[in-house]
Amino acid sequence: MVREVEDAHAADPIARRLRELGFVNGEPVRVVASGPIGGDPLLVQIGYTRFALRRAEAERVLLMAGDAA
Amino acid sequence: MNALAGSLRIALVGNPNCGKTALFNRITGSQQKVANYAGVTVERKEGRFVGPSGRVMQLLDLPGAYSLDAASPDEAITRDICEGRYPGEAAPDLIVCVADATNLRLHLRFVLEVKRLGRPMVLALNMMDAARKRGIRIDIGALEKALGIAVVETIAVQRGGAAALIERLDASVALDAVAPAMPDDSGQPATEANLHAQVRSMLAAAVTMPRATSAIDDAVDRVVLHPIAGLAILAVVMFLIFQAVFTWAAPVQDAVTYGIGELGAWVGNLLQPMPLLHSLVTDGVFAGLGTVLAFLPQILILFLFILMLEESGYLPRAAFLLDRMMFAAGLTGRSFIPLLSSFACAIPGIMATRSIQDPRDRLTTIMVAPLMTCSARLPVYTLLIAAFIPRQSVLGVFNLQGVVLFVLYFAGVVSALAVAWVIKRMRSDKSEHALLMELPSYRLPNPRDVAIGLWERSKIFLRRVTGIILSLTVLLWFLSSFPSPPDGATQPAIDYSFAGVIGHWMTYIFAPIGFNWQICVALIPGLAAREVAVASLATVYAMSAADDAATAQLGATIASQWSLATALSLLAWYVFAPQCMSTLAVIRRETNSWRNVWISAGYLFGLAYLASLLTYQIAKALT
Repeated sequence: MVREVEDAHAADPIARRLRELGFVNGEPVRVVASGPIGGDPLLVQIGYTRFALRRAEAERVLLMAGDAA
Repeated sequence: MNALAGSLRIALVGNPNCGKTALFNRITGSQQKVANYAGVTVERKEGRFVGPSGRVMQLLDLPGAYSLDAASPDEAITRDICEGRYPGEAAPDLIVCVADATNLRLHLRFVLEVKRLGRPMVLALNMMDAARKRGIRIDIGALEKALGIAVVETIAVQRGGAAALIERLDASVALDAVAPAMPDDSGQPATEANLHAQVRSMLAAAVTMPRATSAIDDAVDRVVLHPIAGLAILAVVMFLIFQAVFTWAAPVQDAVTYGIGELGAWVGNLLQPMPLLHSLVTDGVFAGLGTVLAFLPQILILFLFILMLEESGYLPRAAFLLDRMMFAAGLTGRSFIPLLSSFACAIPGIMATRSIQDPRDRLTTIMVAPLMTCSARLPVYTLLIAAFIPRQSVLGVFNLQGVVLFVLYFAGVVSALAVAWVIKRMRSDKSEHALLMELPSYRLPNPRDVAIGLWERSKIFLRRVTGIILSLTVLLWFLSSFPSPPDGATQPAIDYSFAGVIGHWMTYIFAPIGFNWQICVALIPGLAAREVAVASLATVYAMSAADDAATAQLGATIASQWSLATALSLLAWYVFAPQCMSTLAVIRRETNSWRNVWISAGYLFGLAYLASLLTYQIAKALT
């Protein structure tokens, strides 16, 4: 479950877009697949949508324990 | 336009992948006009339709956006038009917000954002067929109540699937039933958390969702995104496309060549009394037109495959698989789609880079896009391959000609990655840039939408053929016909013409890479558009040949006159050469900088010369 999205620097546009796409507090999230080389990017399920995120982007999303989605 | 002045202006907005364009096609049918927004090259699609009451309405298809807080030029245009402050565009009278019924968690957030603009709006719940199939139940009444706006179900891919929406729009004019949406009735500040909280409560009140994703998507993705199976499937798909382009098109091509040849001969007979006009029409117009039109079938097949991959939702999967590799080369997985489009033509490819939000990734993609083998190179490739590479099978299954074609395409891709890598090394800004790409649900490509897309693209190609290409072929005919040879000339007439002089002159530069003067002449008009080079070669050889029969057999002529080394060198030249004015013009327009044009033209020319030099010298030494 998502706790919050952390800005990597001030006014981080990537973090802002992540929040717009639904990475907000309390939202269940799940890693569905990962890329063929080095496990990058990650395929992340949030809500009813799947997004491809590079690991560096996914690191902004802080998680907390919740009910298994 | 004046006739439409009084009609209702409706704008179609929505998230990417909500089926907005399919809905646009469904509503407007063939009544669409595709152009660009003034000054920029984001596509502007407008159409009109007639409601049951006979009222004419104008529909504008805006670029897809995740948020009005724009992160790319596309999204900025959508935002500005919705807010009514895009210069030269009147604010829409009504906004139709399209949402995918199977993806409401994401799409409703944008609906709420648009609603805050306070303009009259209707929500179209699209893909209701897919939603029902998955057992998703939506209480329209409850949703309307929660949103405070009208909600209409649509199925864009079904005949009559937009009838309810059209009726609603028509009625909204007459009864003024669509009141301006309240700017924000939640009474809370517009933070992300609030928007998402509102969406959650609406979903809880109005939507029953048995499972978050489609079971079919999950199953397909397990295979298609598999590290090994996925890459293997991708390679097979790409390879099949190129084999198909080469083998399926052949019979149609022969028919086109034969038809144009017969027509040329017939018209030529009528013009027999006027030798000069006869020469212009048969050697200039028909020789040029016939050679180029023969490649239309191949270009259509290539476009067909790209459109189907686009429509099915496979392209983002391919981008997912390739992102790591492309990222290492200084690109992004998103570059894959523009670069793949560049296989058809670099111009739409470069224009498609607008979907790359990041200016730096975008510039790199634009720089390497011309290295993708565009369909205009196919005429040159197929001519040379057919003339010089034997039609024999390799390993029992593959056609050697198809294999050579694949190698040429592959060379373009590899060099693009190499160039992108060099650009990445050279730049000073090394900050982070995001991928953040949605993988939409799989869809069966809708024949109607594919047909509309194919028609639009072939229209663009044909316009180029008839316009630029035809006029250049005729210009070349003039250059190669005048001045006439002196009395008692021993060489073919073209040797004494302007074209002959220019061509001979250019051989000083191009002799080391094996080009004869006929090729040099053909390179000049080839600057305007690559496919013209073949037409020009046809013209040059038709002019110098003893009889007209040579026109039809350009392949046979060059096979007997060129060495294999020259042919291979010309193939290598075409992998790199910056031979397309339109591409350079688009780079200028898209990057707003002449510097980028000179850089790309310069590096492409340098690479082309180097590659041809190596190819020619090595091939000559070996044969």
